[in-house]
Amino acid sequence: MAKPAAPLIEVVDLEKDYPTGAGVFQALRGVSLSIAEGEFVAIMGASGSGKSTFMNLLGCLDRPTRGSYHLDGQDVSRLSSDQLAALRNREIGFVFQGFNLLPKLTALDNVALPLMYAGMGREARRRQAQAMLERVGLGERSHHTPLQLSGGQQQRVAIARALATRPRIIFADEPTGNLDSETSRQVMGFFSQLNREEGITLVLVTHEADIAAYARRRIRFQDGRVIEDVAQAELAA
Amino acid sequence: MIFTSLLETAWHALTTHRMRSFLTMLGMVIGVAAVILMLAIGQGAQVMVRGAIESMGSNLFIIMSGAVSSGGARVATGDAPSLTFDDADAIRELPDIVASAPVSPGGAQLIYGGVNWNTSVYGTTPDYAVVRNWSMASGSFFSDADVRRGARVAVIGAVVARELFGDEDPVGKIIRIKQAPFEVIGVLASKGQSLDGRDQDDTVLVPISSAQQKIFSNTLRNRARFIMVQAVSEKRMAAAETAINDLLRSRHRIGVGQDDDFTVRNLTALAETAASTTRIMSLLLGAIAAISLVVGGIGIMNIMLVSVTERTREIGIRMAIGARRRDVLWQFLIEALTLSLIGCGIGLLLGIGGAWLVGRLAGLPVAVTAASVLLAVGVSFLIGVFFGFYPARRAAGLDPIDALRSQ
Ligand SMILES: Nc1ncnc2c1ncn2[C@@H]1O[C@H](COP(=O)(O)OP(=O)(O)OP(=O)(O)O)[C@@H](O)[C@H]1O
Ligand SMILES: [Mg+2]
Repeated sequence: MAKPAAPLIEVVDLEKDYPTGAGVFQALRGVSLSIAEGEFVAIMGASGSGKSTFMNLLGCLDRPTRGSYHLDGQDVSRLSSDQLAALRNREIGFVFQGFNLLPKLTALDNVALPLMYAGMGREARRRQAQAMLERVGLGERSHHTPLQLSGGQQQRVAIARALATRPRIIFADEPTGNLDSETSRQVMGFFSQLNREEGITLVLVTHEADIAAYARRRIRFQDGRVIEDVAQAELAA
Repeated sequence: MIFTSLLETAWHALTTHRMRSFLTMLGMVIGVAAVILMLAIGQGAQVMVRGAIESMGSNLFIIMSGAVSSGGARVATGDAPSLTFDDADAIRELPDIVASAPVSPGGAQLIYGGVNWNTSVYGTTPDYAVVRNWSMASGSFFSDADVRRGARVAVIGAVVARELFGDEDPVGKIIRIKQAPFEVIGVLASKGQSLDGRDQDDTVLVPISSAQQKIFSNTLRNRARFIMVQAVSEKRMAAAETAINDLLRSRHRIGVGQDDDFTVRNLTALAETAASTTRIMSLLLGAIAAISLVVGGIGIMNIMLVSVTERTREIGIRMAIGARRRDVLWQFLIEALTLSLIGCGIGLLLGIGGAWLVGRLAGLPVAVTAASVLLAVGVSFLIGVFFGFYPARRAAGLDPIDALRSQ
């Protein structure tokens, strides 16, 4: 790398407590790490180790209990909920394990939704959504509703939606969790391509080693702490 | 976010749950239809009452023989009316009085050719036409000379003219009133119903002298059952009433502390009371209808709350991909507004149609006014905002991550 860019994501001593019946539960117990623009990171760890909690914080869906989070040099804790919404809209794309498409909307309308919140007019956003669907190979299926699509197709619609506003980062929480291995390979291939060719920063949570193998950096969580953070070169070694 | 996108989103949400949307709207539909219908009927009743009041004549007093004391009606000595023709003349000379007509009322059978008809007969003077503001459809009213002479002339109402004469011209014909022959010299213009629901056109007016001699065979001449008086203006009515009271008390030699042997009633004030009663009644009708409108609004709020709960996950997804709180707020508010305004539109059509039907069937002059339509639309809008705001705020207040996690 020519110049060491400022990290896109930088968290320091991040903690998250959940109130429970018996006091608080510490889901994250001091996580510090940074992710540079263009990285492809896989987050692994046992169930309940805090991966999703961490992703929700990174995705600005939730606020940390303690610790700081800078996104692109900006202190996220200082942003209002409207500013966070705008940030999620413009800079961040989400891909969820359960797809999270709106069941009553067509694929096209689902993909166009973030563009609507970006203030784009109806025709323009439909055009852009159609282009996104074509990129994920679903140009023909734009008028199907999620129920009329297979799991893999639904996840591709979700990816098209995540890409619609051309964000810099995509957070994917077990994106292949509900997919068979062949479909998983397709989706991962697509992610790799986005990362390689467009430089989109990718952070994905997975349980499977072969999915994590697509990434160039692997972070392992255990009991709310990072216990391993290795680059691909070391992995290969 | 653009406004048309909001409308689009609301429209989509409403059309995906057609049945629910329709049922939610039903409350508004019924409420608005009821408001429109009730206001139209109330308006019709007011128009009717106003017509009756106008037909009565303006700034009117009726002075009745005998007095109403705390014990009830006390009739003057014997059965003789206490008021005289001279009283009527004296009242006319008072400063604030325009006209003063003594009246001797009764009922009689009329005969013309082979037809007979029972009606009310009023013996009076030409001032009566002034006081009642009664114009002629044909012919003329009788004169003071006719009254002095005790002429056997009659002026008949439109109903009497129709019943006795049909298409024939009554003027110049001789009719028998209680056997006595009278010449019809005029037909009164139609006035329709009075405030108390009587048909004012079913009447015959004759000179009071002739009525007492020839029809009622009254032994007490020059006495009137009541006197109708018109004042110069509504403003002068109070002064006129005092003047009449003073005049009659002195003419009848009623000492201090003694009860009046007459009663002065301000008919215009009574009519105003009737008018305001009608106004209150129509407001009441409208208010009752408005309650159903509010109930309709609560129905909307109820369903919107259910809908927010049901769609929590959708709200979470929308927030995750960039919906701001106010976008969510607007989404649900516009949905509630769309429901209430479409409901209002359908209700308007039903209400106007219903009002037309009631007008046709009941013969009431129902009137759907622009004001009532505006009122219904305005209230529906406010109800949409008012009852839509709470659920919408709830939706907007959701935490993105909690909403996303909900099932
Ligand atoms: N809203 C919440 N309230 C209370 N506890 C929570 C909440 N969300 C998560 N937790 C707890 O925090 C811990 C971490 O949860 P998290 O969802 O981050 O795990 P994960 O690593 O994503 O697990 P999995 O691999 O099963 O998805 C878990 O023990 C969970 O029970
Ligand atoms: Mg998880």
